[in-house]
Amino acid sequence: MLDKDGIAKRIAKELKDGYYVNLGIGIPTLVANYIPKGINVVLQSENGLLGMGPFPFEGEEDPDMINAGKQTITTLPGSSIFDSAMSFGMIRSQKIDLTILGAMEVSENGDIANWKIPGKMVKGMGGAMDLVASAKNIIVAMQHINKAGESKLLPKCTLPLTGVNCIRKVVTELAVLDILPEGGFRLIERAPGVSVDFIKQSTAGKLFAEAEVKEMDLN
Amino acid sequence: MINKKVSGAEEAIRDITDGKTIMLGGFGLCGIPENCIAALVKKGVKELTCISNNAGVDNFGIGLLLKTRQVKKMISSYVGENAEFERQLLSGELEVELIPQGTLATRCMAAGYGMPAIFTPAGVGTEVAEGKEIRNFNGKDYLMEYAFEADFALVKAWKGDTAGNLIFRSTSRNFNPVMAMAGKITIAEVEELVEPGELDPDHIHTPGVYVHRIFQGSAYEKRIEQRTVRPRS
Repeated sequence: MLDKDGIAKRIAKELKDGYYVNLGIGIPTLVANYIPKGINVVLQSENGLLGMGPFPFEGEEDPDMINAGKQTITTLPGSSIFDSAMSFGMIRSQKIDLTILGAMEVSENGDIANWKIPGKMVKGMGGAMDLVASAKNIIVAMQHINKAGESKLLPKCTLPLTGVNCIRKVVTELAVLDILPEGGFRLIERAPGVSVDFIKQSTAGKLFAEAEVKEMDLN
Repeated sequence: MINKKVSGAEEAIRDITDGKTIMLGGFGLCGIPENCIAALVKKGVKELTCISNNAGVDNFGIGLLLKTRQVKKMISSYVGENAEFERQLLSGELEVELIPQGTLATRCMAAGYGMPAIFTPAGVGTEVAEGKEIRNFNGKDYLMEYAFEADFALVKAWKGDTAGNLIFRSTSRNFNPVMAMAGKITIAEVEELVEPGELDPDHIHTPGVYVHRIFQGSAYEKRIEQRTVRPRS
């Protein structure tokens, strides 16, 4: 079973040289720590920055320079800054090659819910609805099962939706799964030490799995 | 040049009265019009509709206006950092319209570009789409979203001149330029106010035509929400 960094590490393997990438808050942010050597990617922060650099050294924090998670950050040689309308302009016009974001639930037809729990938590969708509606390539980083052991990969989302029929790949603490165009999760890889049977038990939505499924390579 | 300079925040917001709709620039606490917010708190104007990406934190930014119950309605994309906000929302004291961040920015842009509406795929198939017109272009559904109508836009820039031209700094730019374009009356507070001619016309982000009043703000706190650093190795 993977921890959060393990999930981030596995997702980082999906990065390709030359990609512009938007990383959501939470596990997706950690992906920046595991970009493979020799792969050049440019990170977009939707508050208006391309070319997000590492956190500043202590004492060099600049309140005017933050990412979409409101963390103090730095720029890199070649960075650019723009306003919020242009930021979502480049998202809508599909200039961003890959979007990585978190989810509370994903359904077998690629619906995603990640912004609201009615009556309990109302933080808002931020840029997530824009990203999932426009991105051509989205990877969801999420927990496969909740603390009670219930699946978050469902036949149908129970929470208010963020987007419909838009997710094609999910990486969890248990597995890498594709979502098939005709519906259903397809098991691609399992986390080290996790059995196919356990992934089957942990997936409420329709799951297609071969008897033998390869283990993730995290190196 | 037309001189847009006013004495300070109090004069700048003099005609913001109860029930007005105001836009406030900023992302989180980055690039917010601190001086104008303080003046609105002091003036005690009520029943405001605020259009702003976030709602501040409990004791800063728009959070100050929420604490004093001056806000009737918030239109935002993300309000996660404010416990008082969440309390007022869940108890029904505060009216809230949550909209996708790109939709928020682009509805500002539409107002500034003189376009009545935009079409966006954000929110199709979700509760955001309820009651909205859907149009299909090239096989994909889009929601029609209207340009904002705001009585006032309050923005914060780094530098400005008395003709109203603005330059922003780093990611404190965010919503400020598009909101500056969208207000019926736009009020800009800047860290440094200079005379016309001192800013290079090629470097202007917001042309002065969009700005009606400008003043040099003071005592900027520029609070950091998430102070993240790396060790010096």
